[in-house]
Amino acid sequence: MLKVKDLTVKYGVIEAVHGVSFEVKKGEIVSLVGANGAGKTTILRTISGLVRPAGGSIQFKELELTKTAPQKIVAAGLSQVPEGRHVFSGLSVMENLEMGAFLKKKNQDSKRVLQEVFERFPILADRKNQDAATLSGGEQQMLAMGRALMSEPDLLLLDEPSMGLAPIFIKEIFDIIQEIQKQGTTVLLIEQNANMALSIADRGYVLETGSLVLSGTGEELLASEEVRKAYLGG
Amino acid sequence: MENILQQLVNGLSLGSIYALIALGYTMVYGIIKLINFAHGEIYMLGAFIGYVFIQYFHLPFFVALVGAMICCAGIGVLIEFLAYRPLRGSTRIAALITAIGVSFLIQNVMKLRFFAGAEPRAFPQAIEQKMIEVGPIMVSNIQLLILGTTVVLMLGLQIIVMKTKMGKAMRAVSVDADAAMLMGISVNQTISFTFAIGSALAAAGGVMIGLYYNSIDPMMGVTPGLKAFVAAVFGGIGLIPGAALGGFSIGLIETFVSASSIEGLSAYKDAIVYFILIIVLLIKPTGLLGKNTKEKV
Ligand SMILES: Nc1ncnc2c1ncn2[C@@H]1O[C@H](COP(=O)(O)OP(=O)(O)O)[C@@H](O)[C@H]1O
Ligand SMILES: [Mg+2]
Repeated sequence: MLKVKDLTVKYGVIEAVHGVSFEVKKGEIVSLVGANGAGKTTILRTISGLVRPAGGSIQFKELELTKTAPQKIVAAGLSQVPEGRHVFSGLSVMENLEMGAFLKKKNQDSKRVLQEVFERFPILADRKNQDAATLSGGEQQMLAMGRALMSEPDLLLLDEPSMGLAPIFIKEIFDIIQEIQKQGTTVLLIEQNANMALSIADRGYVLETGSLVLSGTGEELLASEEVRKAYLGG
Repeated sequence: MENILQQLVNGLSLGSIYALIALGYTMVYGIIKLINFAHGEIYMLGAFIGYVFIQYFHLPFFVALVGAMICCAGIGVLIEFLAYRPLRGSTRIAALITAIGVSFLIQNVMKLRFFAGAEPRAFPQAIEQKMIEVGPIMVSNIQLLILGTTVVLMLGLQIIVMKTKMGKAMRAVSVDADAAMLMGISVNQTISFTFAIGSALAAAGGVMIGLYYNSIDPMMGVTPGLKAFVAAVFGGIGLIPGAALGGFSIGLIETFVSASSIEGLSAYKDAIVYFILIIVLLIKPTGLLGKNTKEKV
């Protein structure tokens, strides 16, 4: 579904991502793990068209994303929950969700999608008229995820959804990610929290300072010596 | 007492015009963090377009008003597209200098004989001025028209910004353009939309001031433009209610200072307006309605 090939991204003269290649197949959860500053966010922003690469290609369905406008990428069925959540403050929870469905027509179908999001995140229904800025970190994460689901994506990108959350919220978020996959959405998950991310992943990749150093099934990576040493404290 | 009421009406009429211009300043600032110094010129162009519609096409006043608003919406979009968009992502000072350049360009093009010429022109009295007695004070029908139209336009703006999809997108882009792009919102279209709305409001102000003062000229946008900018900062730049509040406040302050019985004070009315701005900003740097926002982590 998503094929990244020899992706190189530069900020000015500094190369943040060096020729990275990986793949996400329909129906999978793929986790991309790596330490802070490894280039994970850069890769996701490049996939969504917010950053243009210095080289390489990103194939999504029939589209070459490196040449596609961000709104066309969303329209093609790819949606991202950005790092740090980035809910729209000053807009209500409901309005945030409406923005998630910006490219959709308002009709029976969009009502159904909203209903599904409210069922998955009941807290959002309770808080729908509240300013998004007044939500707690965990609630904002749920809003950011709900908002991304409003466009009914085929592929959902998640950038460090567990960042800064209490353990109980983290567990809940990861359960929800698995439910989302079961209902047919493919997931590319980015995390520093390698243990959690790999344990729910079908396959995973390990990114170190802009290069992929390991790949395998989630189980293989969790068991591997390098991953244990580098990310799981031995 | 009558005098105070009388000045209140005069101040609110003038303040309406400032508020209409200030709204455009504040919306554009909110979305691209640019002080669009050419905004006063849109107001001036609005007045001239309204003049042409009334003088040469003999259109009724409100048709001319709406026509000028539509034309200026287009001009605002065009200016953004030609002058500001290519500079998106460059320094704010570069964009600011460009805005000042655009402002001079429009003034001087309009001063050419082929267009308007530098001399003031008499704005046709499309609606005859009548004084109406309201209790102890005299209100002109033009003042009522200005106040009424401004209120209608502000309500319309409120509905657009709060209830429509484009209005919500505008707020989304203002708070977080990157996140808005991830929703599939086109930032360029949203910015164009903002320029269209802001320019239309300024044009309405220009046409109404033409009717009110009976005189228009290519430099007429300079001082009101500056005062409206002050109004926007005064109320809290980037905040729509702030621009409305700031506009009315500046109009009232100016009118009361002009009318005050203190010898010679009225000559300093502009200085006093700026002085009050400085005081407000010293006490509250984000303006009257501005919040000292801290990002939630
Ligand atoms: N906008 C930017 N400008 C310059 N350098 C950046 C920018 N964003 C990220 N970087 C650099 O690129 C590298 C990768 O960052 P990032 O993709 O955010 O990593 P991660 O998400 O894995 O923590 C880091 O060295 C970071 O400092
Ligand atoms: Mg990151």
